[in-house]
Amino acid sequence: MTVEQRIAAARESGDASGLVDIVPYYRFLGLTMKATPDGPICLIPGGEKLVGNPMLPALHGGVIGALLEATAIMHLIWTRESGSLPKIINLTVEYLRSGRPVETAAAASVTKLGRRVANVRVEAWQDDRTKPVAYANALFLLT
Amino acid sequence: MKPKVELDPAAIQQIVRHAIPHCRELGVEVADLVDGRPVLRLPWDERLVGHPDTGVLHGGVVTTLIDTACGMAVQVALMRTTAIATLDLRIDYLRPSTPRQPLHAEALCYKLTRHIAFVRAKAWNDDPDDPVANCVATFMVDSSDKSPFARKRKAAA
Repeated sequence: MTVEQRIAAARESGDASGLVDIVPYYRFLGLTMKATPDGPICLIPGGEKLVGNPMLPALHGGVIGALLEATAIMHLIWTRESGSLPKIINLTVEYLRSGRPVETAAAASVTKLGRRVANVRVEAWQDDRTKPVAYANALFLLT
Repeated sequence: MKPKVELDPAAIQQIVRHAIPHCRELGVEVADLVDGRPVLRLPWDERLVGHPDTGVLHGGVVTTLIDTACGMAVQVALMRTTAIATLDLRIDYLRPSTPRQPLHAEALCYKLTRHIAFVRAKAWNDDPDDPVANCVATFMVDSSDKSPFARKRKAAA
């Protein structure tokens, strides 16, 4: 099956984990996804594998960036704004707090949906959603 | 006597792998040193693919390699190892990373103030003039008392 067919099948069956399984890198991160009425919430597990600074300890900043990007992509697919994997144009991440190596969640919202380009805002948090660890704005080319 | 680890890519690679668990997990290598700044290399790996039909690496992998290179460029500019924290990072994804080719990243701290380091970086496959991604980032200097190298320094003292 092509990526497009697998996305369509996962959406038809409401199988969020099937969607995550399409992308090898999401399996590598241990990414999981929960569907909510506002769009998916994506999660990465805690643990040493994703740590960038073991002395604090803190998640690698790149991993937080990756979670934010992945969440934006999953949001665009799950809410049917994109029938294939959207292509990222750019990503701006603001790091607000050091991310402890614990389960980290992220959710996205589309701030503008054009014919070709989507502007997506994503936030990531740990135990307390009112204290985000990072925000991102990302642009995607819709395919 | 303090060993000149900063002149040896293999020694820097040991530090990267020792001090940054996620880089060890990814298999980040130090390909070269340019004015003391590491050029990082990430061999292509099926586990890091973002599009299974094409084998292109996920953008998050590019972000991680670039973020690592940026942090190391700041440490080099400071000429000491201290805790730094990424404040923000913007990446332009210029083209997909070529499947089955290694990805390289290099960063330069072009302005350093007492509290803030300004960095630019790029990533490429085999030709630095055909970049995969461009980045600008800012870091906070001395963001914590706990440096990733603190244990090492203490042991050496």
